[in-house]
Amino acid sequence: MELTLWTYEGPPHIGAMRIATSMKKLHYVLHAPQGDTYADLLFTMIERRGSRPPVTYTTFQARDLGGDTAELVKGHIKEAVDRFKPETLLVGESCTAELIQDQPGSLAKGMGFDIPIVSLELPAYSKKENWGGSETFYQIVRTLLKDHSNESKHTWQEEKRRPRVNLLGPTLLGFRCRDDVLEIQKLLGQYGIDVNVVAPLGASPADIMRIPNADVNVCLYPEIAESTCIWLERNLNIPFTTTVPLGVGATQDFLKELHEVLEMEIPQSVNESNNSKLTWYSNSVDSNYLTGKRVFIFGDGTHALAAARIANEELGFKVVGLGTYSREMARKVRPAAKALGLEALITNDYLEVEDAIKETSPELVLGTQMERHSAKRLGIPCAVISTPMHVQDVPARYSPQMGWEGANVIFDDWVHPLMMGLEEHLIGMFKHDFEFVDGHQSHLGHLGGKGNQNSNTEVKTKISSDSKTSNAEPIWTHEGERELSKIPFFVRGKVRRNTENYARQAGCREINEETLYDAKAHYKA
Amino acid sequence: MSGATLLKESGPKEVFCGLTSIVWLHRRMPDAFFLVVGSRTCAHLIQSAAGVMIFAEPRFGTAILEERDLAGLADAHDELNRVVKNLLARRPEIKTLFLVGSCPSEVIKIDLSRVAENLNIELKGQVTVLNYSGSGIETTFTQGEDGALKALIPLMPKSDQKKLLLVGTLANAVEDRLISIFNRLGIDNVESFPPRQSTELPSIGPETKVLLTQPYLTDTARELKNKGAEIIEAPFPLGVTGSTLWIQAAANSFGIDKSIVDSILNPLISRAKQALVPHVEKLSGKKLFLLPESQLEIPLARFLSNECGMKIVEIGTPYLNRDLMKAEIDLLPPDCRIVEGQHVEKQLDRVRDSSPDLVVCGMGLANPLEAEGISTKWSIEMVFSPIHGIDQASDLAELFSRPLLRHEILNPKTLTSN
Ligand code: SF4
Ligand code: SF4
Repeated sequence: MELTLWTYEGPPHIGAMRIATSMKKLHYVLHAPQGDTYADLLFTMIERRGSRPPVTYTTFQARDLGGDTAELVKGHIKEAVDRFKPETLLVGESCTAELIQDQPGSLAKGMGFDIPIVSLELPAYSKKENWGGSETFYQIVRTLLKDHSNESKHTWQEEKRRPRVNLLGPTLLGFRCRDDVLEIQKLLGQYGIDVNVVAPLGASPADIMRIPNADVNVCLYPEIAESTCIWLERNLNIPFTTTVPLGVGATQDFLKELHEVLEMEIPQSVNESNNSKLTWYSNSVDSNYLTGKRVFIFGDGTHALAAARIANEELGFKVVGLGTYSREMARKVRPAAKALGLEALITNDYLEVEDAIKETSPELVLGTQMERHSAKRLGIPCAVISTPMHVQDVPARYSPQMGWEGANVIFDDWVHPLMMGLEEHLIGMFKHDFEFVDGHQSHLGHLGGKGNQNSNTEVKTKISSDSKTSNAEPIWTHEGERELSKIPFFVRGKVRRNTENYARQAGCREINEETLYDAKAHYKA
Repeated sequence: MSGATLLKESGPKEVFCGLTSIVWLHRRMPDAFFLVVGSRTCAHLIQSAAGVMIFAEPRFGTAILEERDLAGLADAHDELNRVVKNLLARRPEIKTLFLVGSCPSEVIKIDLSRVAENLNIELKGQVTVLNYSGSGIETTFTQGEDGALKALIPLMPKSDQKKLLLVGTLANAVEDRLISIFNRLGIDNVESFPPRQSTELPSIGPETKVLLTQPYLTDTARELKNKGAEIIEAPFPLGVTGSTLWIQAAANSFGIDKSIVDSILNPLISRAKQALVPHVEKLSGKKLFLLPESQLEIPLARFLSNECGMKIVEIGTPYLNRDLMKAEIDLLPPDCRIVEGQHVEKQLDRVRDSSPDLVVCGMGLANPLEAEGISTKWSIEMVFSPIHGIDQASDLAELFSRPLLRHEILNPKTLTSN
């Protein structure tokens, strides 16, 4: 048993729903109790979709359990097929149905429909949402393409046409997937590469059947599409790209990889890095203040990995923490962390992540909505880079993460929560101005200010670190506090924490003016 | 009963399970913790229903069953013991711990009452451990509160004092207001259940008169009756009429003179009716369709038709407790169609066929209906908003007039075609 307060991922059948709802002309019969219908609101509220997911729940109740739940399942399957007339039917079960073992998939297969039936087995007690999504996509592709003949496949050169690729992996409730697809489509168009099929997002079963017409698969979201790409390579000889075009460097690498796989000449423009404003903005004098900003990164595997690279190579931050909730991605995240001199944090427990944030006291957190909450409590700025989704993560405006424009969006999204460069310079120059003394605070004042929130944080910090430090906590002297109050409010919280950490390490009982400067010297050194 | 047509329907449903009640119960009793013993689905449900993570340290959580817990039941009990102790070590301020059963825990027959019993012996007074079921195979949405309250009843002390007990979770401000009105009527001893601290349970006995504030407390009402309390029969305190009848029923049973009651309520009533006027203008003649979810559908329909002039197309209700609802159904306009249970597809077909102006529904259905041009109101808002009592009648009406107003502002064409 695992104690959870908040979870990063839903159960695997939610992953299956993400695939089903992303696609067209497909219906999913889910053997599940009535309460499991809450899942609809993920799509209709969080993603503000104007239509219900194509899912029929059997909504069985306790009184059905004594009787013949199998008959109930068959009734729902028949009704769903009659009503929705899908081209392909998915049949699966949620955690409760798994326990009563009705095997809805085989029931459906025995009912004599003339459409493909994909029977899903998603172990609800050992797997989670992304795994369920990945498995569902794989099962759909495999079912629809398993009899596809593999012979006489011609290359684009032989057929004297433009090269064609599939974009695989984008789904609903994925982080900015819709915009990423548009951005990558545009990017590929600039290089004379056509997009054959995008799947699962927007694809019908007929589109899935057209997957083999492409020369290469682009694995945009490995969490969802990697196993499908591997299968397509093994069985239909379609190679796939592994670089995810998130960030300037990764977009360049992606284009290079794709050109290589397609056996195309790499155009000079790929090597020019000024396709995104990120590069110039990052080089501009205004960004000087970003140098070495300490950043903590946590999210799904794909976005966390990309964030680490962008932060480190393109924004000049110092990555002080890197982790993911996705165990399936751990094997990729671990070496990436190691290359940064860190140990990857692979965990499902948001409280553990919060502790790690506290421990590293970063200046910026790049995380999920949960880290946004933790960061808020700790008074640290935060930008959200990954699922789980929140209605905030479905903006009305176009805001991709991938490709050149994606890099622009990332620059803005990450840098805005920090003080703007010019502004920070000026504040640095005018920090003794009356505007920065206590009592006058702008709306940024809650970041580490001296208010209630801050003292809450301190109480929490003390409680949680008690077990580690055992001995008495250092106490602030009056003059120490006075010196601290001279520090601009927006960095005061951090200075307070750093000084306390320093004092603990150094074994100081009291924090006076000198301790503060000692700590400053220690951390600057 | 009046001329209402009572129909039953079965098929795919679209309602929350009883676990969802946790999202208001944990706010009502801040010294309690709700530990769902269930699956990742259950954890995901309360997280999603609570509006993705609005609480920093929530007072609810899930002990997620894993593969090895399914294998051996004895181990599951041990595991649960371990999880509970970890939790209590982390949250020593918790005074009452509810172990909440879910579908999976019930299907594999984890005996939560036994776990609770053992823990109570072991923890000796540090914390009280209770259990109830919020599973979707046994309960819908608001029934979770019924289960939680029922679980608290055995702990209520005995008393022979004459008192009025308000039963059902209300917003604090509304509750204070109702209590002060009863005090003015001369009923001094008014308590509420659930209390604001889980440890401060009201006492109960043969002189306790129970006034239900919420219509979904079937089991709780029965248990309170078994404890000797008297359940006052009344409609529910929604709208001017419902609230007035509800207060009068209590006053009657306390033998308060009618003239006193009138002198206190009449000014409130005329003020409330005044406040209703602009909303009645907006709502009158508009067609309303209520999909089943909260059990508040019948009282809401009664208020919106009788006091706001809406035309009721259909009242869906997840289940119908004829005893508790009798006073309500009697007040409904004749020929109201009440549908118990649900076949969500067929019901939505009826919604579309009747082109209502407003649909009351669960969270998953609202946006798809809005996209079809039908205004909606979330059922769950009714259990979170302060809507009970005479003074709140116009606020309650506004919850329904606002979506219509918005629809008019954004779609001025439909305004002229009306
Ligand atoms: S319906 Fe059952 S399995 Fe689903 S969330 Fe509710 S209690 Fe859990
Ligand atoms: S309003 Fe806030 S962010 Fe804007 S300039 Fe003033 S302090 Fe800076």
